[in-house]
This record gives sequence, structure tokens and C-alpha cells, in this order.
Amino acid sequence: MEKWYLMTAVVLLGLTVRWTVSLNSYSGAGKPPMFGDYEAQRHWQEITFNLPIKQWYFNSSDNNLQYWGLDYPPLTAYHSLLCAYVAQFINPDWIALHSSRGYESQAHKLFMRATVLIADLLIYIPAVVLHCCCLKEISTKKKIANALCILLYPGLILIDYGHFQYNSVSLGLALWGVLGVSCDWDLLGSLAFCLAVNYKQMELYHSLPFFCFLLGKCFKKGLKGKGFVLFVKLAGTVVASFTLCWLPFFTERAQALQVLRRLFPVDRGLFEDKVANIWCSVSVFLKIKDILPHHVQIIVSFCLTLLSLLPACVKLTLQPSPKGFRFTLVSCALSFFLFSFQVHEKSILLVSLPVCLVLSEIPFMSTWFLLVSTFSMLPLLLKDDLLMPSVVTTMAFFIACATSFSIFEKTSEEELRLKSFSVSVRKHLPRFTFLPRIIQHLFIISVITMVLLTLMTVTLDPPQKLPDLFSVLISTELTSANPPLLLRKTGPELTSVPIFLYFICGTPTTAWCAKRCHVRTQDSNWQTPGRQSRTYT
Amino acid sequence: MRIKWVECAALSVMAALSVMTGGGSWFLALALGVTLLKCLLIPTYHSTDFEVHRNWLAITHSLPISQWYYEATSEWTLDYPPFFAWFEYALSHVAKYFDQEMLNVHNLNYSSSRTLLFQRFSVIFTDALFVYAVHECCKCVDGKKACKELTEKPKFILSVLLLWNFGLLIVDHIHFQYNGFLFGLMLLSIARLFQKRHMEGAFLFAVLLHFKHIYLYVAPAYGIYLLRSYCFTANKPDGSIRWNSFSFVRLISLGLTVFLVSALSLGPFLALNQLPQVFSRLFPFKRGLCHAYWAPNFWAVYNALDKVLSVIGLNDKWFGSAVPTHSPSLGDSLGHPHLHPDCHIGPRGFLRCLILCALSSFMFGWHVHEKAILLAILPMSLLSVGKAGDASIFLILSTTGHYSLFPLLFTAPELPIKILLMLLFTIYSISSLKTLFRKEKPLFNWMETFYLLGLGPLEVFCEFVFPFTSWKLKYPFIPLLLTSVYCAVGITYAWFKLYVSVFTDPPVGKTKKQ
Repeated sequence: MEKWYLMTAVVLLGLTVRWTVSLNSYSGAGKPPMFGDYEAQRHWQEITFNLPIKQWYFNSSDNNLQYWGLDYPPLTAYHSLLCAYVAQFINPDWIALHSSRGYESQAHKLFMRATVLIADLLIYIPAVVLHCCCLKEISTKKKIANALCILLYPGLILIDYGHFQYNSVSLGLALWGVLGVSCDWDLLGSLAFCLAVNYKQMELYHSLPFFCFLLGKCFKKGLKGKGFVLFVKLAGTVVASFTLCWLPFFTERAQALQVLRRLFPVDRGLFEDKVANIWCSVSVFLKIKDILPHHVQIIVSFCLTLLSLLPACVKLTLQPSPKGFRFTLVSCALSFFLFSFQVHEKSILLVSLPVCLVLSEIPFMSTWFLLVSTFSMLPLLLKDDLLMPSVVTTMAFFIACATSFSIFEKTSEEELRLKSFSVSVRKHLPRFTFLPRIIQHLFIISVITMVLLTLMTVTLDPPQKLPDLFSVLISTELTSANPPLLLRKTGPELTSVPIFLYFICGTPTTAWCAKRCHVRTQDSNWQTPGRQSRTYT
Repeated sequence: MRIKWVECAALSVMAALSVMTGGGSWFLALALGVTLLKCLLIPTYHSTDFEVHRNWLAITHSLPISQWYYEATSEWTLDYPPFFAWFEYALSHVAKYFDQEMLNVHNLNYSSSRTLLFQRFSVIFTDALFVYAVHECCKCVDGKKACKELTEKPKFILSVLLLWNFGLLIVDHIHFQYNGFLFGLMLLSIARLFQKRHMEGAFLFAVLLHFKHIYLYVAPAYGIYLLRSYCFTANKPDGSIRWNSFSFVRLISLGLTVFLVSALSLGPFLALNQLPQVFSRLFPFKRGLCHAYWAPNFWAVYNALDKVLSVIGLNDKWFGSAVPTHSPSLGDSLGHPHLHPDCHIGPRGFLRCLILCALSSFMFGWHVHEKAILLAILPMSLLSVGKAGDASIFLILSTTGHYSLFPLLFTAPELPIKILLMLLFTIYSISSLKTLFRKEKPLFNWMETFYLLGLGPLEVFCEFVFPFTSWKLKYPFIPLLLTSVYCAVGITYAWFKLYVSVFTDPPVGKTKKQ
């Protein structure tokens, strides 16, 4: 690549931004007795280093599970152990059993931040660079611009380097999985994805598309011949990698069960805090938490999730293609985020990652989504005192996207992948030609609303009666996009956009429209909503 | 406080929106990008200069003019020329809305979070002038090469080299100083000279001198160029001077401009009969030849040699006794014989002369600060995109010069920032200039490549190996000494090469002019 130096510059810039953000505060800084995620990660180092592996997930006098008990899969625990060894080398006080609880110092913060940076540098960043280099049909310059935008995505930076988590590890591994599977290194890809799931169970959001895509590949090769061999190989890889990760916990049945119970705590509520998903939005008007009994909540959310992701998954299984795979990843992760049980606001990162992957294909919508997703975490970031870096990095991301994709010129029906949809609507409404303009206006309104809401959250004290008003507004701003009904109901403050709807329903709807309009598609591969447009140009 | 900077954020959003409507204006994107990076640098370490400027805010705000240059409660007395004092005075009227306490002269080392935000943002905002100046400078670069690729256009490269200049970023936005808008004034006056708006250029430079007198280093270049190109209105066909074309009107108008600016600045203090006091503050010759950390110049090499010799025992009488007898006049007289009649070859010749003045003063000046190297690096960026030879000098000068700024930031959290930013700037500048001049001979010979690569191991030794060795307590100064001497070699080399290029290169301006 003749422009390698620009790519290097982009990576260095991404690293610089990451490190400067990490100079800011972290979650739970100086807030005893529970502190925050930063303390959780430190505590896990303490636990994994000092206790035998059998006690990691069990409550004991040395391991109080009420105080940030380990609730991530084994790979996270191993990573903590590795970090703990380094910490032991530098300063044993950082991970001393019991006495190190709530340990905070400048040097320790530096150490913790450095561990995040190193993990990011080893796993996530190379994957992003490789992904951009592998993109087809675009110029080198666009590849670099794409890498810049993905690396500057503020949500991940702020959560990992501000709030403090290691999302870049699990997301990076998942990205390696996507890369592997897309490039036909199916075994390596599924290995990487299994590692991702074993690092953070939330990666299960991505598991269905992986499963469907690989299954589809097997079908394509013929279930009786090569396809079956591939299937067996894949199954072997998955089983082997899981066994390897869980080996120390397989000695007793109780061990494995306890780990599972820690990973999936169903007894928590439908949603926590203010999450920008459908449950939180609906509960503005309807207190679902009080109306429905606990187990019904679980069933309802399960059914809705399943319903919403079924069409995309079926389609992917029948017509597997890398492009369709990426779009299905988006829509499945989004279904989980919107409808599933007990979602955390940080889970939006799991949706953002696949959206980053389609950034070069639908720049306008993806940029919009990524901005909104960062905005949806504002309450969390405010709690961590990260307003300043959030505003700055969001603007930087916006500028990067605006200049590298000139997004405002890319709002034609084709570029929004809505051609076949509008064609089918035009059959009934011949004057339906204003869609791009509407979407542009909606974008501007949405950006202005986000800015105003940010200003309001920061400057005004919310009314005493409704202390959560602003956070609820924020989360509804994000979701109101989804159910049109809600949009009508909730009035002018929900000036949001059908962006989620677009991603979730776009795929099946367009397929349906395409059929009805008898749109001929030239390549038999997966058609993203509007890929059909190619036939018109 | 929150409201204040939320307003700032809103303003920036407006600016960002205007970028989009402007249809992908790369210049604005670069400028906004670096501005946002500066905002991210707000929580970084800041040096005592932060307190210096806070104290000046307090002095100018709470005391009458007659006491500005007498006040000495803090050790950081006002030692910049009057315009800068007025600048602080103006800032203080915004500062009072942030935190009244920072304007109290007796509040030594006061640093609330609001004070921090205000001071940092004041630097970021005044940098707008720098951005404008860079924009003007980019117009002066002739884009004779019609490249399709944006990233290979000289204008693009120049604006990155200036806007994203590593030295300026760390000195202003981490270490804390107001060099941004001052260099903005300087670049703007250079741009005006390029645009043949001589009076404006002279005026801007006169104003600049009364903001910060370090720019006296390059004043000779201005004097000679304006005399030669403005006061003499015509040339002989061979480019030499036509003596009878001298215009007294122009000379007088120039003189008047400079005089009026100086009168405005120094007049009040003349009226108060305080000029000697002001000058004693501005030129504190009681300080030593070298700053606490040796700037990488001639004296650093000299001192190092002296030290080495004294350790070995070879310290001859004449050699050792020479050191204490250094005087400012020696330093300055060594710094000034380099005025040469190069300035007649158009604005590029002037620029070359200006850089040479800055560099010579840096090499031999009295009590030179390492930050003064920016005075040569920034104008040199302008030359670098024009000719391969200049590009090579620029790269050596900027890389070593920037590396010599590393000791300014010695705290652990800033270590990755300075390394990453330095790599970013160095890799970009070297690669982009190489791409720009790929058709000509390689920019570096093997010796230069070797020298520049040596900076890597030097950094590893100084910051990662040395602190863990037993010498750390016994010889804590070794990393500084090594950095200073190593960089001095590179800067001396660049200075020498520039000097040679002035006399050997065919005068580019001559052919262009006619």
C-alpha cells in the first residue's frame, strides 16, 4: 500500500486520542464504598491472583460476590490474572487480598489505563486496520478515511478509556472473527469468535449471525459432501475452544453451573438505570415492570427478540454472503439491544461495532447511528465526569465522518439503500420522492435535539418530581425511532428518526418489496436494502 | 463554569456544521481537528508557566499601570513587553467571569478547575489567529504542481506541518504558553510580505515585537528585506540594486509605522519615567549563558566538551577560564555577524534569511531557551514544501528540534502523548515530503538517516533504561546532557547546511522575479 504512512498516522492519532481521554476520570473515582467498574477490574485482579481457581466464582469469606464478584466468563478472569502478575511485579499493594480494596493512586491509574491501551493495540486496532485494508471496491484514500472514522468512534473510546472497561478485547476478537469468516478462514474466524464469547458473554448478541452465516456456507457446499465436513470441523473448533477456556471449571458440575449462574443473572430486572431500549421507552407511559410478573417479562422479551431477528437470520442462512453477514450482525445485535431482557446501556457498543463495519457502504446512516449511540450513553458518561471528552471526541468523530465521506451528499435513495422501498411505495403514492430530503432534515433535527438535550442535562437541574427526566428523554430520543406509534404518542420532544427501524426492518422489508416489484437483481448474493439500486444505475 | 464552556461547545458545533455545508473543506477540518485535540489536552500536566501567566493576569487586572513592571510579590514577575501585558489585561476581563480568585496577586500558585479551563481555553481561542495566518501562508505556496491527490498537494502538506506542529502543541497546550497567536502574527506578517503588502507586514512585525521581544532575533532579516525590497523600488536587469531608485517616502512611512507602534507600547512607560525598569525586566542579563536545561546549541556542545575535558583532566587554563567570562555581548556578537545580503532574492530569500537569523541566534545567543527552536522550525515549514534541499534541512531541523523539547514534559502520563504525537508528526512530515519530492534525489544520505534513527535508541535509553540503573541517583543529569548534546549536533548540522545552501544554491527568486 503506497499510503502506508497515512494509515500509520491514523493509528497514531487514534492512540493519542485514546490516551488523552484516559487522563480523565474513571467510573467510581473516589466514591466509596462501592466505587465503579475501575474498582471491579482491579478487584478481579486481586481475586484471581490470590485465590485458587476453584474459588473465583464462589462466595466465600475471601471473595464477597456482593462486592464486584466476578461475573464475566473465564477468559476475562485469565486476563485479570495476567494483569495481576504485572501488577505484582510493579507494586504488590495494588492487588493485596482485602487490604487493596478501593485502592486508588495516580500510578495505579496509569497502570490500569496502560493495560487497556496495550490490549487495544494488540487486538482491536490491528483488526480494524486489516478490515479497512480488506475492503473492496474503494480507493486507498477511502480505506484510510474509513479506518480513521472507526478508530475515532467515541463510544468505545469513552467507555474503555474513560469509564473503564476492556470492551476493545471482546469487540476486537469478534472483529477478528468477522474478518476470518468473511475471508473464508472459517475455522480461525470461529475460534476468534469463541474467544470473544468467552471473554464477555454479551458477545452472544453476535452469535446468531455467525451461526447462520456458517450454516449457510455449509448448506451452500452441500450437506452431504464438503458442507458436512466443514460443519464437523466448525463444531469441533467451537467445542474445543470452549473446552479449553472452561477446562479448570469442568472438574465439578457445581463449578460450571455456578459460573453460568454468575454469567446470566436472570433475577435482575427487565432493564437497569436508563437504557435506550424499547422497555425503558415504553415504561415512560406504561410501567411494565409493575404490570407484568417477572417470568412473563422474560417470555415477552424473549419472543419479541426472536421475532425481530428471525427474518434476517433466515435470509442469511439461505443466501450467505459477507456483506449480508455484516448487515445481519447489525440487525441482530440491535434486536437484542432493543427487546431483550436486562440490557445495559453499554451494550450499544455491540451494535456499534457492526455498524462501523458498514460505514463505507451506508456512510450517512451509520454516522447518524454512531452519533446517536454515543449520545445514548451520556447519562453514564456524565456520572463519570466525562462530559468534556465526550463532547470533544463526538465532534471529532463527526468532523472525521463528514469530511471523509462528505455524508451530506450521500443521501440519495440509492445511497440510503432505500431505492426498492421507495419504488414500491411509489406504486401507490406516485409523488413519494421526498424521502432523501426528509431524512436530511431529520438528521439535522436529531443533531440539534442531541445538542439541546446535552446542554439541558448539563446546565439545568431537572424538576424535583422527575429527577430522571433528562435521562429518560435521552433514552427515548434514541428509541422513539423504532416504533412509529410511540413517535406519534410522545410528541415534539421525540424528534428522532427511523434509523433503528431502518437497520432492523430494512433488510426483510426490502427483500419483500423487491419481490413484489419484481426487481431483478444482478448478483445472486445477499442484497442489502437497496443493493438492488445497482440495477437501475 | 459549566455554562461557559458548554457555550464553547455549542460554538464548536456550529463550526462543525459549517464544515459540512462548506462541502468538505479540508482546511477547516484540519484546523478543527487539531483544536479538538487541544481540548483533549486540557487535563494534562502544565508547567510553572501556567502560574506565570496567572500571575500576570492578576498583576494587570488588579494593579495600576505604573506598578506592572515593579510588582514582585511572586517570583514570576512581568517580563514581556507592554502589548503582552495589555493582552493579559484584556484576558483578565473575561477571566473574572470564570473565577475572581485567580486575579488576586497574593493568591500564589492558585489553580482551581475553572482557572485551568479558562487559561487553557484562552490559548486555544487565541490560536484562531494562528489558523488564519496558516491559511494565508498556504495561499503563498505556489501550486505549480497540479496533483490530483489532495494529500500530495503542497498546500495540504504545509497546513498539516504548521497546524499540527508537534512543538507548538506541546509547548502551548501541555507545557502552557501563548506562542500560538504570536507565531500567528509572525506568519501573517511573512504572508503579507509574500503578497507584497509590505507596510502591513512591517506593522504586524512591529506589533509582534512588542508582544514578545524574543522575535528580535529575526528583526535584522525584516530590516534588511524591507530596506532592499520596499525602499528601493527598482532593480537592475541582472537583479542587483539600482541605487537611484531609493524612495525616501517609503522609508519614512516604514519608520513612522514602527515608531507609532513603539510609541503606543512604550509611551505610557516613558511618560511614567519607567523605561529603564521595563528594559531591565525585559533583558535580564544576570541570568546565565545557558538555561537550566541546556538548549541544544553551540554552548551545549562547548559546555559538554569543557566538562569532559575537565573530567579527563585536560582542562587547560585558557579553556576553563573562558567559561565564566562569557558575556551577553559575546553571545550576541557571535549571534549577529550572520547578516548577509541574501535578502534581495525575493520573499523566499527573505524567509531563508529570517530562518538563518533565528537559527544563528539560537545557536549562539545568550540564555537561549530550548523552545526558541520553534522560531526556526515554523518558518522553515514554509520553505520545506518548495524545494527538496530545503525539505531535507527542515526534516533534520524539526525532528531534532522537536526531540530536544522532550525534557519539557517529564511526567509519566504525558510520556505516551509526547511519543505518539512526535511519531505522528515525524512520520507524517518525512513521508509526505518524500512523496512530494519522490522524483528527485533521496532526501537523506546514509549519515543523516543513521543520525535520525539514533534518536529512537536515545529516547529508549533516557526514559526507559536509565531510570532503572544505579546511575540515576549519582548522575541524574545524564539523560538531559545526552539529549542536549545529541540534538545540538543535528541542529548545528542543519544550520550549517542551510548556511551553505544560501550561498551555493542558484537564487531561485531571481528567475521567478523576471
